[in-house]
Amino acid sequence: MTAENKRNEAMMPDIPDEKFTIIGIDENAGEVLARKRISYWQDAWRRFRENKIALVAAVILIVMIFFIIFGPMISGYEFEEIDNTAINQGPSAKHWFGTDNLGRDLFARVWQAGRVSLIIGLVGAFVASIVGSIYGGIAAYFGGVVDDIMMRIVEILLSVPYLLIVILISVITDSKSLGTMLVALTLTGWCGIARIVRGQMLQLKSQEFVLAANALGVSPIRIILKHMIPNTMSLIIVAITFDIPGYIFSEAFLSYVGLGIQAPQTSWGALCAAAQQNFMFYPYQLLFPGIMIALTMLSFTLLGDGLRDALDPKQRK
Amino acid sequence: MKKYIIKRIIYMLITMLIITAATFFLMHSIPGDPLSYMARNLPEQTRENYYATYGLDKPVFEQFIIFMKNLLTEGSLGESLRYPGRSITDTILQNSRVSVVPGGLALIFGLIIGIILGIIAALKKNKWPDYVVMFIAIVGITVPVFILASLFQYVFAVRLQILPTQGWGQPENIILPAVVMSFGTIATYARYVKSNMLDVMGQDYILTAEAKGVSRFNVIKKHVLRNAFLPCITLLGGQISGIFTGSFVVEKIFGIPGLGFYYISSINDRDYTMIIGTTIFAAGLFILAQLIIDIAYSLLDPRIRVQ
Repeated sequence: MTAENKRNEAMMPDIPDEKFTIIGIDENAGEVLARKRISYWQDAWRRFRENKIALVAAVILIVMIFFIIFGPMISGYEFEEIDNTAINQGPSAKHWFGTDNLGRDLFARVWQAGRVSLIIGLVGAFVASIVGSIYGGIAAYFGGVVDDIMMRIVEILLSVPYLLIVILISVITDSKSLGTMLVALTLTGWCGIARIVRGQMLQLKSQEFVLAANALGVSPIRIILKHMIPNTMSLIIVAITFDIPGYIFSEAFLSYVGLGIQAPQTSWGALCAAAQQNFMFYPYQLLFPGIMIALTMLSFTLLGDGLRDALDPKQRK
Repeated sequence: MKKYIIKRIIYMLITMLIITAATFFLMHSIPGDPLSYMARNLPEQTRENYYATYGLDKPVFEQFIIFMKNLLTEGSLGESLRYPGRSITDTILQNSRVSVVPGGLALIFGLIIGIILGIIAALKKNKWPDYVVMFIAIVGITVPVFILASLFQYVFAVRLQILPTQGWGQPENIILPAVVMSFGTIATYARYVKSNMLDVMGQDYILTAEAKGVSRFNVIKKHVLRNAFLPCITLLGGQISGIFTGSFVVEKIFGIPGLGFYYISSINDRDYTMIIGTTIFAAGLFILAQLIIDIAYSLLDPRIRVQ
């Protein structure tokens, strides 16, 4: 016996062999899931929650949407109510955002205008993304000549400056209403999303899990519904989020130039345009709608950044 | 390479033709016709003469052929409806010459500042300079240009009274609009340069250069910047053509008699021939600039040529 073994023996108490029994092992124990399974969306929500900036942006948007829905009622004034005794007043307890050159309450007007701006942003982005997704999906599905022709059309549409098309269509349709304006804005607005969806679909088509599904005999419709669309969804959602501020901005621009919403209806861009004329004397009239546009665009942009990181961890650097 | 360029030029010509035709026919499909408003009180014979002068008595397709013939042989886009006798081509050229001055300054200014800010943000990633630059970039993208313009007018012209609010002809008239217009460029390039630089910095050849013992300054100068700048060229196309067409809103606010200002007023006047002419001019310029940039890019970056 070496000296070391002796020392070990001395340190260990005497345990008889019969104290040790074999308790066996469950072969399946290794397969049990230790934690609850989380879905893709739960996972995305967990990542999104950690992004404080995006969360703040989401809260700002929710607050703004609340005011856009209920703001005109809270103010106690109708947005088109003209009051000749209270013209161009500054913000006060009576008129929180002041009044304009016809004595209309700006608090009510700003939120009423927000309805138009937000509807255009949301509806525009949704319509464009649905049209774009279908178009891109068809191009990717058929491939070949169909794809070539369809994408060539998109390229031509994209090679014209966007605002130029919007202006042209507005002039032609003599757009004064929400509907015609949406047509003008979305007529080429879907091209970007069509490209994104087509690219993603083509990439998915060549991936192993789609090949595996094909080899297993899954029907094409099921592959599209179960594999292609869910894997493209995140890209579309992010694209919508980034598109919304774009539409709000384009609408503001159109109204500013005088091609947009007409009185008595109003939008943030129209409010800014009206305020611009008296800006030197009543800067607050431009301030409030201006802040609303900037804040909405900022929030949607930051929200889009957060969603992109949360929904597509592969893209994150 | 030659094949690629020829192919692109053919595509460009087709695109141009489609856009010209689309603009022309769409504008002529407007209910009523361009002259109906102005000719509403004229006696029958005068009205017929009036229409004949502008060739509006012919079928639309024939009008288009005449329009194309004039455009291709004389470079003429016709005559303004609102201001009889005024050639549209001359008006466009004259006005775009005005637009070039503040637009060009804004582009140069915006490029320099934007690229510098982008480099700073990339080198100081996740430190305060990065946050400051990204804040400026986000403001530049999210605040509409008409609000920025009004704000600058208010601060520098009304409060500080060091610059004129509006007008044209004096050198100090250019400063404010140029600064306002450059904000968008600054924001775009700061973001783009930053993300490009970060992309390049993650590449293997940068690691190799560092492993060889190349100094950080030289790695940045010779390897990172060179590769990060190349894709920035692709953005230039839209920006350069934008110089000539000018900024619609900024020109309107600062009272600059450029093409953007003129375009907006011709829309408000419903000056149809002028709208058609300017649209075709702006779209053509945009497409041409895009083509030149694409060709330049493939000449500068051998990696593109292979594909």
